[in-house]
Amino acid sequence: MTMLKTSKVSIVFGGLKAVSNFEIDIEAGDLVGLIGPNGAGKTTVFNLLTGVYKPTTGQIEFDGKSIVGLKPYQITQQGIARTFQNIRLFADLTVLDNVKIAYHFHVKYSVLEAVSRLGRYHSEEAEIEEKAMRLLEVFQLADRRDEVAKNLPYGEQRRLEIARALATEPKLLLLDEPAAGMNPQETHQLMEMIRWIRSEFNLTILLIEHDMSLVMGVCEKILVLDYGSVIARGTPLEIRNNPKVIEAYLGEEAAGC
Amino acid sequence: MRERTKKDLIFLFISVVLYAIFEGLMLTGFIPPYMERSIVTICINIILAASLNLINGITGQFSIGHAGFMAVGAYVGAIMTVKFSLPFIVAILAGACASALLGVLIGLPTLRLSGDYLAIATLGLGEIIRIVILNISYVGGASGFMGIPKDTTFTWAFFVMIFTLLFIRNFVDSSHGRACIAIRENEIAAEAMGVNTTRYKVLAFAIGAAFAGVAGALFAHYNYMAHPGSFNFLKSFDILTMVVFGGLGSMTGAVTGAVVLTLLTFLLADIPELRMVIYSLLLIILMLYRPQGLFGSRELSLKMFTRLLGGGRRDNA
Amino acid sequence: MDYSALFLQVVQQIINGISVGSIYALIALGYTMVYGIIRLINFAHGDIYMLGAYVGFYCTTVFQFSFLPALLMAMIVAAIAGMIIERVAYRPLRYAPRMAVLITAIGVSLLLEYGGILVVSPQTRTFPAVFPTTLYNIGGVIISSQQVLILAVSIILMVILTYTVQRTKIGKAMRAVSFDTDAARLMGINVDMVISITFAIGSGLAAAAGVLVGVYYNSIDPLMGIMPGLKAFIAAVLGGIGIIPGAMLGGIIMGVVEALVSGFISSTYRDAAAFAILIIILLLKPAGLLGKNVREKV
Repeated sequence: MTMLKTSKVSIVFGGLKAVSNFEIDIEAGDLVGLIGPNGAGKTTVFNLLTGVYKPTTGQIEFDGKSIVGLKPYQITQQGIARTFQNIRLFADLTVLDNVKIAYHFHVKYSVLEAVSRLGRYHSEEAEIEEKAMRLLEVFQLADRRDEVAKNLPYGEQRRLEIARALATEPKLLLLDEPAAGMNPQETHQLMEMIRWIRSEFNLTILLIEHDMSLVMGVCEKILVLDYGSVIARGTPLEIRNNPKVIEAYLGEEAAGC
Repeated sequence: MRERTKKDLIFLFISVVLYAIFEGLMLTGFIPPYMERSIVTICINIILAASLNLINGITGQFSIGHAGFMAVGAYVGAIMTVKFSLPFIVAILAGACASALLGVLIGLPTLRLSGDYLAIATLGLGEIIRIVILNISYVGGASGFMGIPKDTTFTWAFFVMIFTLLFIRNFVDSSHGRACIAIRENEIAAEAMGVNTTRYKVLAFAIGAAFAGVAGALFAHYNYMAHPGSFNFLKSFDILTMVVFGGLGSMTGAVTGAVVLTLLTFLLADIPELRMVIYSLLLIILMLYRPQGLFGSRELSLKMFTRLLGGGRRDNA
Repeated sequence: MDYSALFLQVVQQIINGISVGSIYALIALGYTMVYGIIRLINFAHGDIYMLGAYVGFYCTTVFQFSFLPALLMAMIVAAIAGMIIERVAYRPLRYAPRMAVLITAIGVSLLLEYGGILVVSPQTRTFPAVFPTTLYNIGGVIISSQQVLILAVSIILMVILTYTVQRTKIGKAMRAVSFDTDAARLMGINVDMVISITFAIGSGLAAAAGVLVGVYYNSIDPLMGIMPGLKAFIAAVLGGIGIIPGAMLGGIIMGVVEALVSGFISSTYRDAAAFAILIIILLLKPAGLLGKNVREKV
């Protein structure tokens, strides 16, 4: 079943085509990597998929429905969650509250029920707390529940951001450079975790990454972006041997060394 | 949850005890009648500070036109009692509804603005409201709205204040309140977590405006009249100072700020200029040396007392 | 009413509007320069204008200065005051949240207003007539010598400012800091000094506006800065905050609109019109008439 399908998605910023004719087709359960050199337009693709930017032309379909023109929060409510390249936690709130906020749109009790503390308020609050704690346990953050998010070490902040994204109960998870700033060992653990959460939460994942070893190790399909266009797509093995990719990306790195 | 209900009951119990003490002192004459005025004013100012705190402190939208909403509540409330001879409670509710409605109308376009721009826009809107009232002869225009019955008693002011505090506290401690806090913390992340940011900004703005309207209705029905000059931007700055003094985001802070600064106002009633100088120095010094205000965004709770007694060990985690 | 009379009246209001508008423009320049450089709405700026008016008043009454020395003196005192305010109240908060600085600015503004009342008393003072009033009648439109003076002084100051910003070394430094503070610092520009000088220049211009208003309306009081301050800020936003020609354009437009509203609708709606302009511009083109839209990077 097709989960996400885009056709000819382009966006122009002041005459500059940041992304042109971007096409992707993600099946339910896929784990896809999006790579490319700096400034290739990877994060712009995420921003297009999540409604932060509206494509100048093209179509984006999620679960069979067009999501072009929806606001970011509406897209999240449809089932796409994301993390950010530069971590965007609710820095001054506790770890638990960070996750609780993400359950927000699943809550059914009204403002009136909230202020009067009647109706569904108590039962739903208890349910949110329970679910949030379960997620925190999964991400080994349960004993940190009352810690303020900004006081967590970097790796835990990244984990918390993924936990928070999962709390929106998405079908598709977009990870923007989840391994940025991590050491090889942490990166390896992260790889394991990504694979694991996919099966545990029955997820489809699209991830942007700079760290080639992570992408090659964990993704089954890879797209390579350069100057806003997809220049190659295939399995890790195919990508590794694609001369265009070597020229645009690996070649550049090799020349730099 | 059980715990939450218990806390609510404790809060209500303490409130009733406080009410009984004050009412008793007033009836027996231990609190002279002229001091009753300052106590009622404190109650009204607590409503104002708590409602502005919901907008500025909890949701992080910097509004400085709160007096405008107060004015709408005062005038609409007064129209109900004076022109239509309706009961006081109808006046309060009508004032709240009118202010909330205006809050939605004003909030929808302006809350798209960020930070400084929103501040100036709300300041401007507050002034526009005042100027428009100034030009409506139906409500007395520049000379003020006269002949308003004195319906506000200590009992009214006190229990409306308790209701306000409970309402806002419970709102904040819910998924809806958390959505507002998320907007304050990081608007982009909040949106990415599925929070309809516009809706919650407008909602917080409308609730804040509604309670400012309530405070306005109480105010007008305590002073026999409403005058456009009472609702200028200095009044807005007054309320802002109370919230900043207590600590943006803290309900306890808003209450403390309202109590302390209202008392200060009464002490310095003869030299209002000096009061404003003290206010202004307070704002500057607070921002320079303690920008989080008295309480930060924390709330007063039993936990805080035990922590104080146990020393500040938790701070260096 | 016949059309020629109406036309004359419109022209008359436009002339009045331009003279008030150039006052707004002078004040707006300070707002826009400060905002351009440290992204702060200096709420106290309108009160610097009041301070300038008072210095001008004391120079002409107590010290018997003539107009030009009084104007210069007012500008110098205000410039120093502006630098002190920046140093004491704003600089320590340069990396603090925006709301904290904004609250401080409101504090400084209230301090100048009510401190002013404590020091010079709240009463309205009559500014001495330093120039004899002559009325020129040009085809039925009346222009006073004060209006000519306001326009002349404003134009001269704006020309000097434009030259300073565009041609001199300090002007280049100001533009560099405004464009990218960190890069400017790396290039060896003394950012703190540039910010200080920006406050000095902005405050000086506001003080000049204060003296001119004293001459024009003959009366000053400690709270006179509030409304013109807010309106000048609106003028700066209207023209595009951070853009110097924008402030001049915005000021003139504000003045003219106000004159037309008070001339043809009602003077009580004059202030409401100013705020309405603000709301409209913020909703339709928040970057201002001469500004470009930018959006936050995600």
